[in-house]
Amino acid sequence: MRRVPAARVGGGALVFALLAVFPFVVHAAWIVNIGVITVMYAGLASAWNLFSGTTGYISLGHAAFFGIGAYALAITFNHVSGGGGYTPFYVLPLIGLGTGVVSLPIAWIALRTRAITFAIVTLTLFFMAQQLAFNLRGITHGSQGVAAPLPSFSVSDFDRPFYLAMVGVLALAILSYAYIRSSKLGLMLLAVREDEEKARSVGIRTTGVKLIAFAISAGLTGMVGGVWAYYLTFVYPQYAFDPLILIGTVLMAFLGGKGTLWGPFLGALVLVPAQQYMLTRFGASELYLVGYSAVFVVILLFMPRGIVPSLSAGANLLRRPPSLPAEPDLGIEAKRAAS
Amino acid sequence: MHNVIQATILGLLTGGVYALMASGLTLVFGIMRVINVAQGALVILAAFLSYTLFGRFHLDPFLSILVVTPAIFVLGMAVQVVFIRSLRGAEGSELSLLITWALALGIEGVLSAIYTTTYHATLPSYADTSWDVLGYRLSMVRVLAFAASAAILLLLSVLLTKSRLGRSIRATVQNPTSARLLGVNSDRVSAIGFGIGASTAAAAGAVYGVLYPFNPGSHYDLISRLLSIVVLGGLGSVGGAVVAAMIMGVVQSIVAVEISPIWSAFSFFVVLLAVLLVRPQGLFGVRERIV
Repeated sequence: MRRVPAARVGGGALVFALLAVFPFVVHAAWIVNIGVITVMYAGLASAWNLFSGTTGYISLGHAAFFGIGAYALAITFNHVSGGGGYTPFYVLPLIGLGTGVVSLPIAWIALRTRAITFAIVTLTLFFMAQQLAFNLRGITHGSQGVAAPLPSFSVSDFDRPFYLAMVGVLALAILSYAYIRSSKLGLMLLAVREDEEKARSVGIRTTGVKLIAFAISAGLTGMVGGVWAYYLTFVYPQYAFDPLILIGTVLMAFLGGKGTLWGPFLGALVLVPAQQYMLTRFGASELYLVGYSAVFVVILLFMPRGIVPSLSAGANLLRRPPSLPAEPDLGIEAKRAAS
Repeated sequence: MHNVIQATILGLLTGGVYALMASGLTLVFGIMRVINVAQGALVILAAFLSYTLFGRFHLDPFLSILVVTPAIFVLGMAVQVVFIRSLRGAEGSELSLLITWALALGIEGVLSAIYTTTYHATLPSYADTSWDVLGYRLSMVRVLAFAASAAILLLLSVLLTKSRLGRSIRATVQNPTSARLLGVNSDRVSAIGFGIGASTAAAAGAVYGVLYPFNPGSHYDLISRLLSIVVLGGLGSVGGAVVAAMIMGVVQSIVAVEISPIWSAFSFFVVLLAVLLVRPQGLFGVRERIV
């Protein structure tokens, strides 16, 4: 384990303290509601980043685990009484664990492919999961949906518990990412991302480390789905397995900077309020999709590396005295020397 | 047995239309390593264009192929030049996948604003005509749709094998760098190739509107099938896509008859996963090289 500078730990703690205090300062329900959605996407994007950011494999199937987590929570409390208060939040770790385990065989098949094929296969898996939610009527009641327990929180601060639960899952995702990055697993994942053949040739069990990262990432995604199901109190296939959630998550990670600790969170912080604004303004005519896709295209064309990497590149430029020549790229030199 | 044969016939007829859509998708991938997620949205766009041409000007939907295809060919070329061309490098494939998804959302949004989200269908006077051949029912529109798709696929294969442009395209598919060294203008080939890919969606879309009811959101259903087809066939292999589309058509059709229609779409996903377990590169694909 590498030592993490105290300033970074303090900075992270400060961010989460501010996030946690927010609903106690702001009481307007509609703002806290946007807060819930924002932190939800921040959690989804950070969880996605945990696999796709570290390995470079772009997963387009993660929204399937969001849906699985959502259904898991709703269905559990259809069979077990005692939902309604804070109980559903306590079972979230179990839901995360279950989703992670379920994701393993799925990931094992998908990880037989690479690069763009992996992206397509995971997307196909997402559509499969959606079909199953429609078709397994005995479990999911098909398009009629499943009711989650009715939350018994007071009307005045109804959104607050959900908001805090989302913040909790987000914190877990950020902490896991930070931990993995500084661990041996993180180094192995980095090796996989940079050159999978070489990683394997030095003895890294590439499939194994990819599977571990995938399962953790899927489990966290499932936990977010669980909170979401309880928040909405009803789960329908087309909303639990929503391509827009899928693409939104990936876009936010790209915008903020995938493969960075805070990038996905930052991406969600910028995009979700904009998205919610467009939804309320143009939602009735579906024109918000056009606005959404325009934002999307602009980000991908002009900021494909994301905010955080662009900012840190800019900061490096500023830090360096202008008279000195740019630092040589040792990586390329070393490669040339080797070849 | 009668049911299975009837279902197989129906499946092959449907598969032909999907083969046309998928051939363009996989061709574009072969040329420039780009997966056009908007292929399904282009099909739906073409279906709406053909619907409007039929409603306003009483243009037969099969004849409307001649109008819709060139229009969407131009649109496809424009999309490649404006959005795809600048995406290069290691992440170009993933970024282009996301950007074409954004285009699909944009097309869906515009179509929803114009036509609302209710289902539409193009119904020419012969929509309900069918023939009896040896006791099997053949619906006229399905036979016509298959014939039109097969004719266009044939045209495409002649274009690819006999023309100078086709040789440039195939050279680029085989080895982009060598093709460029031998004087192939890769920018031009990419733009035209993307246009051709979009045209296959357009031609199939004009036909699709006659076969199935559709709404602006239908493109997700289409793209999920099309992606499965091209992965099953092997990315970049046009022949593989055609074979895979036929397999999909037949499997779905038989499952719909013998088991239940609600499992028909799912059944093909299962076939895909089973094949990926044995051959991750698809039926006719070459193993993806990581550079």
